[in-house]
Amino acid sequence: MPKLTMVQAINLALHQEMEKDDSVLVMGEDVGVNGGVFRATDGLIDKFGPERAIDTPLAESAIIGTAIGMAINGLKPVTEMQFSGFSYLSIPQLEGNAARMRTRSRGQHTVPMVVRMPYGGGVRALEHHSESKETYYAHTPGMKTVIPSTPATAYGLLLAAIRDPDPVVFMEPKHSYRAFKEEVNDNGEAMELGKARIVQEGTDITVISWGAMLHKTQKIVEEMNEQGGASIELVDLQSIHPMDAETIAASVTKTGRCVIVQEAQKTLGPASEIISIINDKALMYLEAPVRRVTGYDLIMPYFARENYYLPSAGRIRRAIEETLGF
Amino acid sequence: MPTKVIQKFSISYMQVLDEEGNVDDKLDPKLSKDELLKLYKVMLLARRADERMLKLQRQGRLGTLPVCVGQEAVSAAAAMALDKEDWMVTAYRELAGRLMKGESLLNPMLVYAGFEEGNAGEGNDHLLPVAIILGSQVPHAVGLAYAEKVKGTKNVALSFHGDGAASEGDVHEAMNFAAVWKAPVVFMNQNNHWAISTPLGKQMNTETLAQRSISYGIPGIQVDGNDALAVYRATKEAVDRARKGEGPSLIEANTYRMLMHTTADDPKKYRSEDEVQEWVKRDPITRFKLYLEKKGILNDKLNDQFEEEIKTQIEDAVQQFESFTDYKIETPFDVTYGTEVASLSEQREEFLADLKKDQDHA
Repeated sequence: MPKLTMVQAINLALHQEMEKDDSVLVMGEDVGVNGGVFRATDGLIDKFGPERAIDTPLAESAIIGTAIGMAINGLKPVTEMQFSGFSYLSIPQLEGNAARMRTRSRGQHTVPMVVRMPYGGGVRALEHHSESKETYYAHTPGMKTVIPSTPATAYGLLLAAIRDPDPVVFMEPKHSYRAFKEEVNDNGEAMELGKARIVQEGTDITVISWGAMLHKTQKIVEEMNEQGGASIELVDLQSIHPMDAETIAASVTKTGRCVIVQEAQKTLGPASEIISIINDKALMYLEAPVRRVTGYDLIMPYFARENYYLPSAGRIRRAIEETLGF
Repeated sequence: MPTKVIQKFSISYMQVLDEEGNVDDKLDPKLSKDELLKLYKVMLLARRADERMLKLQRQGRLGTLPVCVGQEAVSAAAAMALDKEDWMVTAYRELAGRLMKGESLLNPMLVYAGFEEGNAGEGNDHLLPVAIILGSQVPHAVGLAYAEKVKGTKNVALSFHGDGAASEGDVHEAMNFAAVWKAPVVFMNQNNHWAISTPLGKQMNTETLAQRSISYGIPGIQVDGNDALAVYRATKEAVDRARKGEGPSLIEANTYRMLMHTTADDPKKYRSEDEVQEWVKRDPITRFKLYLEKKGILNDKLNDQFEEEIKTQIEDAVQQFESFTDYKIETPFDVTYGTEVASLSEQREEFLADLKKDQDHA
């Protein structure tokens, strides 16, 4: 099994799926000759030609709009929004059409497409290059929203997203693109969408996160587990919508305590929904109030202040300790 | 019934100053000596500032930044056609024009050092912050111009966008609105031939961007964008029309992005060095300098003096941004709304308490 970074794993999944299925293509700004600004689509134009690795004019709405037409007519476009901060120009097409076509036509016309977009902070970038707005997409019925946190899951979830019969927004935590390598089982098998992943089993507290925060949280959980005193269960949410209520409820039912770590702003973020699920399905098992460590309800500051505004290791650790000690 | 031609259109191209610094007397906008030297100095300042900021970025003292090398004439000369009360909105490759409009050099350095504080200041009262979402600023210019019309002033708005942004719906929609409203606005398209790796031929299927003006029913022209005098002349004419209530215009300035898109980009991956060298020969500053020398208003001594003054000005700005301490970490909580929001005030308290705990622990 090759050891890959997340961006290499994404690139590998695209190469394999385009090889396997002639209807799959990639399209977006700078995805062809340049191989994408993060090189996620590197080499695709050489292997599959400019008709399947399309350098589009610069227009996010038209990228999604034309991809919808392609998807209805038998192709499987994997579109790239260069940064999630530019993707909002495509929301009228996503919300107004991609998400609705199946229900509007009672299943006659469907939109099997993927919208890849790097998102999240911590890379010292310019404005619009650092926010986490998964709620925008997760709040649209008819679309699925997925966030991988590791190279191996990026590979398996992207394959699943491409093979899914509906539009999938695939948000890639750019802070994790090259942060670490891991072995990726490149056997062409897709993971299942809509499922959370138990990263590490434990019995005293459930800690749930996703995206770049999962990796940050995992380090703290590993330190705390090594220091002993508590057995922490770590859950990678992975699927923002639909959300895996079963796994969340089962874990919290077992541990009775829960902390959620979310990079996105606080109000109406995925953590709010996780807490609602716990309220609905596991409230009577709780030993302590559920805590969330999140971003603030602010525009993501430029990078001089950025690190102060991302959930800090200290905040995550204190929330876990305080919830354990409640 | 046979078909018949019902409308015919054409698009003009203007060059006033050729690559050797020769001026076309009939088209010469006849700027004063002071104006010519000011224009030269601003272009030179932008060039040297870009070179300095590029080094600072490579040393990790600034973050990712776009450079404007090769495009100084477009924004500097266009901005020179504005009065103080006129509005200007830009994307991120108009450093020279922003300096001409009165922004301090400290400001872009602060922005590229990661501080929003660099978006505000004395020189920014009729200049909006750099717009990074391509084309999104163009409708704002139309709104600014419309408001001036409502207020009964003669002020106008000048808007910049690039060849890539011209593919965005916002740009089209803005121009159509402006035409319908006869808004006093000038649209400057900086056609620098590359949108990151996407060349003009993949961006559009037309010979010019200027011809889009025809579809909106507004005047349009293509100018040599590396010719400061042509840019100035075309902009001044468009600004004058707007001031007289004759509505918007579109100018396409044909120029070239000589360096990378931003410091995160590697142009070797997608374009040839030969192509770049062809454009280096048409450098807007070299040409303008030759012209000023031929005209007898610039010599080596004066040029050296300018270089020295510019060096001092840049080093002052570098020193200022690197010693910038006049800010609070928690400012974002105080500038998100104009009225108090209780949940945010609560988060502000939590933020400061957590910050203290983190710092105590560290």
